[in-house]
Amino acid sequence: MKNYFIISLLCMLSLTMQAQKIYSKNGSISFFSKTSMENISASSNQALCVLDQSAGNLQFSVLIKSFVFKKALMQEHFNENYMESNQFPKASYKGQITDISKVNFSKDGNYSVATTGELTMHGVTQKINSPGTIVIKAGKISANADFSVLLADYKITVPKLAENNISKSIDIKINVALDQKM
Amino acid sequence: MYKKISFLFIFAIICSKQILAQDSTDLMNLLEKEIGPNEADQTNYTTATFKTTRLINGHSVENVGKGVMDVKISHRFGKINGGAYEFFGLDNASMRLGIDYGITRYLMVGIGRNTFEKTFDAFFKLKILRQSNGKRRMPFTISYVPTIALKTIKSQDPNRKNYLSSNLFFTHQLLIGRKFSDNTSLQLMPTFIHRNLVQLIADPNDLLSIGIGGRQKLSKRISINAEYYYQIPGYKIPGTTDCFSIGFDIETGGHVFQLHFTNSQGMSERSFIAETKGNWGKGDVLFGFNISRVFTIGKNK
Repeated sequence: MKNYFIISLLCMLSLTMQAQKIYSKNGSISFFSKTSMENISASSNQALCVLDQSAGNLQFSVLIKSFVFKKALMQEHFNENYMESNQFPKASYKGQITDISKVNFSKDGNYSVATTGELTMHGVTQKINSPGTIVIKAGKISANADFSVLLADYKITVPKLAENNISKSIDIKINVALDQKM
Repeated sequence: MYKKISFLFIFAIICSKQILAQDSTDLMNLLEKEIGPNEADQTNYTTATFKTTRLINGHSVENVGKGVMDVKISHRFGKINGGAYEFFGLDNASMRLGIDYGITRYLMVGIGRNTFEKTFDAFFKLKILRQSNGKRRMPFTISYVPTIALKTIKSQDPNRKNYLSSNLFFTHQLLIGRKFSDNTSLQLMPTFIHRNLVQLIADPNDLLSIGIGGRQKLSKRISINAEYYYQIPGYKIPGTTDCFSIGFDIETGGHVFQLHFTNSQGMSERSFIAETKGNWGKGDVLFGFNISRVFTIGKNK
């Protein structure tokens, strides 16, 4: 009889311990297109990012219109002609850090991790696997990743006239300080 | 008894854990429940109502971005009904060379020089309201554009003393535009024009008109535009016609090409709105184009 009580208590304890979730409302995402003609870059610091520390579930969401370019006209064309942000206002990622157990959240260090998930933008969802880094410094957790995507995979078409100015493969850089607890 | 209760207790906890585990797979939903969706507290301003700052002859509600210089080269050829002898008007060209600059996101200035009556013009365009949805909703974009024009062509009348003020023209326009969908935009342009000097005593100095214009996109980078200015009877120069223009916008990266047909040779507000003589019905139609090239000088934002 006592055993049952102890087991149920343990269950309750485990309930409160599991599912520590951390998030950020202002993650930074930037992307780069490098060609011999011209280098184009833009960034947003309004990405939503949430990580389940125990299960390794990881999600991002960013408004396409929050990306800022150096040239105002490029920003307009990016929204209007390439990403069609009225129709597809968000880009989102849903995935997992597969080796989250490697990360000791209470110890400072750079932990290289592997992620696997699905990236949705411009109405197209593609599987994406990328290495990333979890950095823990003085109790603060941040996540970084660099990867690249092909425009063609997401049905983003570049007209012939702009073909030499826009790279077919776009490098994406993510840097998020997961400083909020849920 | 105890055994039963404890057993149920454990069962309930296991069940609740499973439910929790299910929920936690969609973290974003959980997060949005907690802090509200990403876009709820944001105002989404409408952009690209028109492809460039001019509809055809007149202004659109678009401004150039901050720190952006827009060089505009515009041509109007002669009347098409001049026939093959005049090469359908291409023998005669009148042009406007202009430079626009964005001081802020909502204020731009511009100057230009027109072949037509050797006219200089200058304007500023102030965005008063921006069409938006989301947190702040606004159905229209409204801009105010005052223009001053100076005619510098030598007077035909040698007996008359010519004051500088005699050659000045003032135009005030309100542009009320709305982007109805990604492809369709319309705008209304109530316009007031003041001329310091008029030809006849009976001619009015103050002219009123209302313009209507719009664009329909044919593809991502090509649109068809039309623009019509209705002059209010009693507030127009007798013998003039209303200006109607129709054309295409073709956008290629930093350039916008506008190709059009119009019944006005002048390109400053006072000439195409108030002094158009051409009649579409009689074939007094001119071919013309505007080329816009933007250069980014300052920083965006």
